[in-house]
Amino acid sequence: MASEEIQKKVCDIVCKQLEVDAAKVSLETKFAEDLGADSLDQAELVMEIEDEFDINIAEDAEGKIKTVGDLVTYIDAQLKSK
Amino acid sequence: MKLDGKVALVTGGARGIGKAIAQSLHASGAKVALWGRNVEALQSFARELDPSGATAKGYAVDVGDSERVEAAVEEVVKDFGQLDVLVNNAGITEDGLLIRMKDEQWRKVLDTNLTGAFFLLRAAGKRMLKARAGSIINISSVVGLVGNPGQANYCAAKAGLLGLTKSAAKEFGSRGVRVNAVAPGLIETDMTAKLTEEQKQALVGGLPLGRIGRPEDVAGAVCFLAGDESAYVTGQVLSVDGGMTM
Repeated sequence: MASEEIQKKVCDIVCKQLEVDAAKVSLETKFAEDLGADSLDQAELVMEIEDEFDINIAEDAEGKIKTVGDLVTYIDAQLKSK
Repeated sequence: MKLDGKVALVTGGARGIGKAIAQSLHASGAKVALWGRNVEALQSFARELDPSGATAKGYAVDVGDSERVEAAVEEVVKDFGQLDVLVNNAGITEDGLLIRMKDEQWRKVLDTNLTGAFFLLRAAGKRMLKARAGSIINISSVVGLVGNPGQANYCAAKAGLLGLTKSAAKEFGSRGVRVNAVAPGLIETDMTAKLTEEQKQALVGGLPLGRIGRPEDVAGAVCFLAGDESAYVTGQVLSVDGGMTM
């Protein structure tokens, strides 16, 4: 899957899950600071992403994923190593 | 009816309190998924509720088996399209004095009565959070509040359910999912039939309501917590015990 496609899917999921406008979401957007996602929001987001891309997001990686860009990079790496 | 269009899952749904709960939920308009280990009993009860099978179905599930629980929740959602109400009712006893209690007796009771409820909460909770709605009712026991000699394992599990209830209520509340517990007192079922007449009399004698409870008494409280009449109630323990605890 191309990076752009991953990015588009991730943005769609983020907008839907956190109920924010697509205009507010870029690769630099931080989940907690910019979008106000609390721990439960983030857990739900992780589950959605796992379902959508059929990957497992490791728990120790979760803490390092702060921005939409981090998430896209992580998914990209996971899909390539499959 | 007040539960029209809702889908309810009841563990331990073929006998005793679980059976009465399933009956009441069904009579209130809910479709019911009955879980248990005795397939024949489940199927015959499901047929009794609805011969067509459209609104009641049995599922062979040991709630202590986490993979089976996950898969069976999926089956229920596939069969009925959604899941609105979860009643964690499955419970067993393996009584014995604490100093004589075997590891196995402890583990078996904790696995079914507490860990099983956790597996269900996790599996069903995910769906309900996503749906932004749902009501979960954990069937605890009055002995989880006050203890009982000879039932250290059972009481620990039932008390554990209360902590589980309150934590889940706090985690799920912002998503519109409510979690409450019902704590039945002495109820006339196969489980309490093991008590001697003398034990029962000793328990009933001091009760303000002066009688042993019926499974239907518990079912009424569960139906209340399942439906929208209790929309502003979460994290609570409702004792249905004839006034045993106050």
